[in-house]
Amino acid sequence: PAGASRSTPSNTPTSCGCHGCMVQDPTQFDVLVMPNLYGDILSDLCAGLIGGLGVTPSGNIGANGVAIFESVHGTAPDIAGLDMANPTALLLSAVMMLRHMGLHDHGNKIQTACFDTIRDKKVLTKDLGGNSKCSEFTAEICRRIQDLD
Amino acid sequence: MELSRELSPAPCARSDRFLIKMASHGAALSVSKMISPFWGGRLGNTMKVFGTTLTSHRNKSLHTGENIPPPAKYGGRHTVTLIPGDGIGPELLNHVREVFRFSCVPVDFEVVHVNSDVQTEEDINNAITAIRRNGVALKGNIETKHTMPPSVKSRNNLLRTSLDLYANVMHCQSLPGVQTRHKNIDIMIIRENTEGEYSSLEHESVSGVVESLKIITRNNSLRIADYAFRLAREKGRRRVTAVHKANIMKLGDGLFLQCCREVASGYPDITFDSMIVDNTTMQLVSKPQQFDVMVMPNLYGNVVSNVCAGLVGGPGLVPGANYGRDYAVFETATRNTGKSIAGRNIANPTAMLLASCMMLDHLQLYDHASSIRNAVLTTMNETRLHTADIGGQGTTSEVVQSVMRVIQSKGQLTSEL
Repeated sequence: PAGASRSTPSNTPTSCGCHGCMVQDPTQFDVLVMPNLYGDILSDLCAGLIGGLGVTPSGNIGANGVAIFESVHGTAPDIAGLDMANPTALLLSAVMMLRHMGLHDHGNKIQTACFDTIRDKKVLTKDLGGNSKCSEFTAEICRRIQDLD
Repeated sequence: MELSRELSPAPCARSDRFLIKMASHGAALSVSKMISPFWGGRLGNTMKVFGTTLTSHRNKSLHTGENIPPPAKYGGRHTVTLIPGDGIGPELLNHVREVFRFSCVPVDFEVVHVNSDVQTEEDINNAITAIRRNGVALKGNIETKHTMPPSVKSRNNLLRTSLDLYANVMHCQSLPGVQTRHKNIDIMIIRENTEGEYSSLEHESVSGVVESLKIITRNNSLRIADYAFRLAREKGRRRVTAVHKANIMKLGDGLFLQCCREVASGYPDITFDSMIVDNTTMQLVSKPQQFDVMVMPNLYGNVVSNVCAGLVGGPGLVPGANYGRDYAVFETATRNTGKSIAGRNIANPTAMLLASCMMLDHLQLYDHASSIRNAVLTTMNETRLHTADIGGQGTTSEVVQSVMRVIQSKGQLTSEL
């Protein structure tokens, strides 16, 4: 925000507006809380930093534990039904849901398998630079989960 | 340099200057040399009838179209208001003065201090009056203390709205000497500077429930859109993107978008498109090269400016300008006070020096502007003397000394180093 200066850790000799800092060194941030519009903007900005909406999970939490978890990318009608989509965003949103429900073991297992598959780069959907199908990507994750058991 | 006795200067319309009657060819030539800085190369070396040239010039002004450069005061020197501000502002502006003195720039600064600790508006009103008088200002950021009651408005905001500096212009360019994740960025951001979410209109009708008014007017939206398209055309840019959130703020941002579309129809040579602000920030951090010129309301401008500054290397590098119909104020683009690094000789002087060059261009002192700008960029890109914010170990004064050395080495008239 104009005119404001953040207090920065002593080893960082800069003081800057939030969005500039996020772009230059996002690792300095941990948990951020903010009103609606800033959240809209900042969440998309951060999604861009980690690879886009195709890999970004999200959840909407209400009172009494009511919650809806969702991916925030578009409906992609051009690739619908062609076994081409990247399921990561929705899958990680489901992991968030499992954690919300207290099923941490299951959540962690699925997340680890998913991250390992992506890290390995052997079976990736088109948007991540590979040429595997959605079902192949999913099967690979399932295989890793089995190996983890 | 004094006017010859044979010439009788008379003030002409509005803020223009002297209608001079030539008495002799010799006098005419010296007059031409004196006033050619005003009009750039427009008059050339031949003497024309000043009356008609002056009035037709008014419509051909560059940059802001209607914005007429302020008159040089007596003796060919300009007077510019200088507001040191808080944090790193004072030290950076001292460096600007140092470089100007060294390069014999014909600018005198009228310093006006604005105390951010007091609640009265006397200081800022003095500053505004000074800027009205001089037409041009160079400023550091004035801190807006959060401990003040809400009735105390942001001084920077007051300045912008009182002087109706409706266009905030920021040019973000990748610098070859600075390491960044993304390269080849060249984006011009035009941000509406007077209304939107910065209207300072809030109320709490019910305790614990605050309503903030975001003001979007047809007038100001048309005005800023027109500025953006004129600037794009003048700079030879191909595409203008309007940034908005009209899917949610259907009336406010919807009006802004509609105004942009209307103006766009008058510029068929320039491509116009629009993008929602959250998608814009995502695109900026993943593929910033796709953007050319961007126009947007106030708050989104703040966000996008800061993101773009971060993309090209940080707040220490980018200069910013605020233009109105009659006045122009130059500062760093991201308007930081830099409190935590003040007084430690580690701040990056680049942004402020480049802002002063933008000011010199505005005053049509193009040679001085180029000389200082080239020296700053040479220090940045060739000598690679960098301050800490861009990964180097140089101090502010070392960078400034290097800039002055480069200026001197180019053979310009300078004072002693």
